[in-house]
Amino acid sequence: MSEAAPPETVLDVKNLQTVFFTNSGLFRAVDDVSFSVRRGETLAIVGESGCGKSVSALSIMRLVPDPPGRIVGGSVTLEGTDLLKLDDAAMRAIRGNRISMIFQEPMTSLNPVMRIGDQITEAVRLHRKMSSKEAWAQAVNMLRLVRIPEPERRAQEYPHQLSGGMRQRAMIAMALACRPALLIADEPTTALDVTIQAQILALIVDLQQRLGTGLILITHDLGVVAQTAQRVIVMYAGKKVEEATVESLFETPLHPYTRGLMASMPAVIALGAKTDARLTEIPGMVPSLTNLPPGCAFAPRCKFAIDRCLKEYPPLDEVKSNHWAACWRAGEMLEAS
Amino acid sequence: MTEQRPLLEVTDLVKHYAVRGGVLRRQVGTVHAVDGVSFALGAGETLGLVGESGCGKSTVARTVLRLVEPTSGAIKLDGEDIAPLSKSALRPYRRSMQIVFQDPFASLNPRMTAGDIVGEPLTVHGLASGAKKQERVAELFQQVGLRPDQMKNFPHQFSGGQRQRICIARALSLGPRLIVCDEPVSALDVSIQAQVINLLIDLQRKQNFSYLFIAHDLAVVAHISHRVAVMYLGRIVEIADKHELFANPRHPYTQALLASVPIADPKARRLAPMIDGDVPSPINPPSGCAFHTRCRYAIDRCKLERPALQAAGTAHQVACWLNDGTGRDE
Repeated sequence: MSEAAPPETVLDVKNLQTVFFTNSGLFRAVDDVSFSVRRGETLAIVGESGCGKSVSALSIMRLVPDPPGRIVGGSVTLEGTDLLKLDDAAMRAIRGNRISMIFQEPMTSLNPVMRIGDQITEAVRLHRKMSSKEAWAQAVNMLRLVRIPEPERRAQEYPHQLSGGMRQRAMIAMALACRPALLIADEPTTALDVTIQAQILALIVDLQQRLGTGLILITHDLGVVAQTAQRVIVMYAGKKVEEATVESLFETPLHPYTRGLMASMPAVIALGAKTDARLTEIPGMVPSLTNLPPGCAFAPRCKFAIDRCLKEYPPLDEVKSNHWAACWRAGEMLEAS
Repeated sequence: MTEQRPLLEVTDLVKHYAVRGGVLRRQVGTVHAVDGVSFALGAGETLGLVGESGCGKSTVARTVLRLVEPTSGAIKLDGEDIAPLSKSALRPYRRSMQIVFQDPFASLNPRMTAGDIVGEPLTVHGLASGAKKQERVAELFQQVGLRPDQMKNFPHQFSGGQRQRICIARALSLGPRLIVCDEPVSALDVSIQAQVINLLIDLQRKQNFSYLFIAHDLAVVAHISHRVAVMYLGRIVEIADKHELFANPRHPYTQALLASVPIADPKARRLAPMIDGDVPSPINPPSGCAFHTRCRYAIDRCKLERPALQAAGTAHQVACWLNDGTGRDE
């Protein structure tokens, strides 16, 4: 956590392309997406259902179900190794060890018939040479680290004996047990109540900074993004449409979709914002990925769309320093704001 | 908005569920799902009901509609207590009360066309048939922003937001005076959420019915409601005009809830959780004030005696010992 040396890049994703072959045709779930994560940094990936944010995460983990899905292009470099070139055994040695993932619903990600302690022990012993006794001690330590009260007793319990927030803590303990370089959290608090969400987010951010883990946080909630991330990627219909530091994104959102998302959120109550104003809608709905328009996928819903938007897909340009947007009119947006 | 008699008046509503165990299935405990809830709802008004999972907000909603039978308490619709009515005596009142559920996928019959789904209540209540029914359904489709030619489509041919519109059209079909919305937008994407919330507000302005609006998302509730009630473990702990509640929350639980909402502004980071721990089980709720186990201000009295809702300013009631004029200074 020294401020001097520039933090090293943990993960570098370049031109990732993941497609799905379905009965209604081929669709590009992730289309030419690039991003990187540095040590100790939080990168948020935001978007609505079907925008490709979860498939991006599964592609990094090489967990895209094949068939129907397949990674057809790009590279995923973790600490200098291209994961897409590894064989299955080598990839298994990386999963849960150098990269871990936590999911939205902790109950479905935990084995209901195994004690919590055994599940963490299993993850540890898969990657580390440890006696079962040492691994159990490590599991209890991890439970203590995620602030589960009475970790010795909780390690003996089964998932159904834990509350939702507790289970998500256990998942985090398991994910961090091997001190991964990268943690991917896919909607980690969406299934939780708001007071528990606040506890879990604070825990994830605290541990990530203490352990220097790179974090990819996938969410649909811009509030969560603003509270946790350093950098943000906005995805729409499989493509990255905007990337910026969190401050720049919230100050001057440059893509009309990002602006639409921000405007359609109900006002922030605690700041005494006006709550009676009508919400700004984004008309229409997310297009089907099997039938994308030729130009910008957002153009049919965009109130700023011009003819060019319907014909050509805009390049992802650095419109202002460290702030990229794929929009023909992003320059005008910047001037207007 | 609530000058005369309120449209809906709920008094001391209680719903307990028996917990059975052992080979003889004897009752071994009681889930205090709703434990003495009272509120009133005026015509054309929206009351938001917020709280975390298991606080009893959905049970309140379903009990009000008598989809769940209350253990005790009165539910007055237009002055008439519908709690003791038999099923057949209740039927005429059902026309006035409708519900929109959270999951627009589970609450539509996949084998019926959208038009038949929206028209079914008209048939059930014998209000319209044949061409007249078709006309009314087409009109309802337009009201909720669907095209009448979509009447022949099946639910799977609609997106989530459109399905929720079908559910709203179905709820509107009988010209209800009260619509219960149980998390109507939480299954929808953010951009679609705004469309549905705007639709609900527009419809209310035109037709002047009341909403009992349940959601866990405080921002959504703040947006749509006139008044808001906060529930914790089966009880209302605070109820107030929404501006008053969000500007001046009195109950420590309400304060914690508001402070837990992630604000969409990176300059306003506050990653220190306000309350620790989980909601206690409603099977053995804590004594006294149910929140005292997690409350940072709790005093001895909170553990022993249960505080009642008391006035705390205009149009503001709170159930907290520290707010009866004797306690806290802040």
